[in-house]
Amino acid sequence: MIATRPAPGPVEEPSARTGDRQFRVLLATMAAAVPVVIGAILVALISAAWPAIHRFGAHFFVTSTWDPVAGTFGVLPFIYGTLVSSALALLLAIPLGLGVAIFLSELTPGWLRTPVGFFVELLAAIPSVVIGLWGIFVLVPWVRTTLEPVLKSALGFLPLFSGPPLGIGMLAAGLILSVMVVPFIVAVSTEVMRAVPSGQREAARALGATGWETTRTAVLPYARSGIIGAIFLALARALGETMAVTMVIGNVPQIKASLFAPAYTIPAVIANEFTEATDDLYVAALIYAGLVLFIVTVAVNALARLLVNRAARGPSVIRE
Amino acid sequence: MMERPVVERRAAALIDHTTAIQAENVHAWFDRLHALRGITMTIPERKVTAVIGPSGCGKSTFLRCLNRMHELVPGARVSGAVLMDGRDIYTPGVDPVQVRRRVGMVFQKPNPFPTMTIYENVAAGLTLAGEGSRKTLDEIVEQSLRAAALWDEVKDRLRKPGTSLSGGQQQRLCIARALAVSPEVLLMDEPASALDPASTLRIEELARDLAKDITIVIVTHNMQQAARVSDFTAFLLDGELVEYGPTNDLFTKPRERRTEDYITGRFG
Ligand SMILES: Nc1ncnc2c1ncn2[C@@H]1O[C@H](COP(=O)(O)OP(=O)(O)O)[C@@H](O)[C@H]1O
Ligand SMILES: [Mg+2]
Repeated sequence: MIATRPAPGPVEEPSARTGDRQFRVLLATMAAAVPVVIGAILVALISAAWPAIHRFGAHFFVTSTWDPVAGTFGVLPFIYGTLVSSALALLLAIPLGLGVAIFLSELTPGWLRTPVGFFVELLAAIPSVVIGLWGIFVLVPWVRTTLEPVLKSALGFLPLFSGPPLGIGMLAAGLILSVMVVPFIVAVSTEVMRAVPSGQREAARALGATGWETTRTAVLPYARSGIIGAIFLALARALGETMAVTMVIGNVPQIKASLFAPAYTIPAVIANEFTEATDDLYVAALIYAGLVLFIVTVAVNALARLLVNRAARGPSVIRE
Repeated sequence: MMERPVVERRAAALIDHTTAIQAENVHAWFDRLHALRGITMTIPERKVTAVIGPSGCGKSTFLRCLNRMHELVPGARVSGAVLMDGRDIYTPGVDPVQVRRRVGMVFQKPNPFPTMTIYENVAAGLTLAGEGSRKTLDEIVEQSLRAAALWDEVKDRLRKPGTSLSGGQQQRLCIARALAVSPEVLLMDEPASALDPASTLRIEELARDLAKDITIVIVTHNMQQAARVSDFTAFLLDGELVEYGPTNDLFTKPRERRTEDYITGRFG
């Protein structure tokens, strides 16, 4: 086919074309490497987890017992702890993060933006062990002596806020995770909101919008897909966070309606028990749990993206 | 001696009309930059008034002083008075939001809200004002799109995104959006400078049509455009109003040397 075609009109320098092709091959290779690496990780996880997969199969997902002595392993309480603590974190971090981002992008005078933005990014750079220490020494005592008693007296009739105020537990984990993901939401949302063309704000202003109405009608909708991206980033971070959560969640594999009760997450159990896992089934069960985390993360992301796409279908998709 | 009668005739031409906006000694600053240096000018009702002048002379700034948009720029300041119905819009206690509803604005680059449909774009100002009745909205959206000469092109796809339209259509959509809140004055800041010649002509025709009902102030750096669309023309230079009068007179018998130089293309 190619040989029969007439030569292309403009003559290109052969060396430039070869360089071009090599570059394209290089990029294609790198792009292809990403799914290959993910696939390789998946295969390695599955083969290492195989004894547990073979033994427990799908029961692993619905079993609540985690008993290394008896050799019975079920990951349900860990899935629950992971999902609930992350959901709690997002529930707190989204309004707070968006509020700060709106403040930074729409209300803060130029000279104040850089220092405030710097501190927000600094928060994201604190190692999670350090945040965990702060959690143990500051957050947990405050939760035990102030937050939980207040919630209990105000909303104690709800099962969500029942039981003794321990400090350590699901609530503390959600709080500490929210502290850790807020900077992501703030940093990314502030950037995308500042990237909204000034013509959009002026359009709203010229229609008689107040400052807040301008943010609501012109800025937030325009920045929506970027803000959603920020939330996904935060969610991924929350689902995978290990150290700080381990230090405050209480590490008890149980499913309790109360947020005051201790819980456990998948990353936390892997980090805590991997070194002491002696027999093969125990190790395989932990790796299986890691595989479940992988699946849960992918599933949550896919689900969230699906919901968002559905909500954003039609005119709401930004086109340039 | 020769020019006296001309001046008097020009003054008379303006006096004959009801005043929509009276700018009195308007100064404007961006921080320390003195962008407008005392503009006094009467804008007649239901006419097209063009503002011309070289780039950077303060045309946009002047326009934005007329609906209190200038003050939204950090560090920006205004002095002087802008009278509508005899009342200064800069009097303390006057709500800039109300001013902007009476004095609408269309910008250089079409800026429909990209996440909204054509319908929602036109209805945006009303929605902001709290108008919730579907029937009223439907009526006003249709009226505004008709007034902006866009209805026939979009009536079957009101639920499509505003950004799915061509550039010229988007600009007319923005005009419809501004008209929907029934302004008395519409400020147009180089509304056709980003458009192709055919769309430009449509916008010009539209400006003329709209002037049957509302006051139009249009900024342009295109003198042919000013000559084609406007009844009165103001020539700005370095933040000062050099000359102002009926368009025909200004282009055929400019009084000022600087005006003549500008319209004959001798500087700029
Ligand atoms: N946002 C701004 N900040 C600072 N200076 C500005 C701003 N906008 C305009 N200027 C300056 O004000 C002067 C007038 O600008 P403008 O009114 O936009 O001119 P025109 O519309 O006639 O081209 C120019 O010198 C311009 O550089
Ligand atoms: Mg301008």
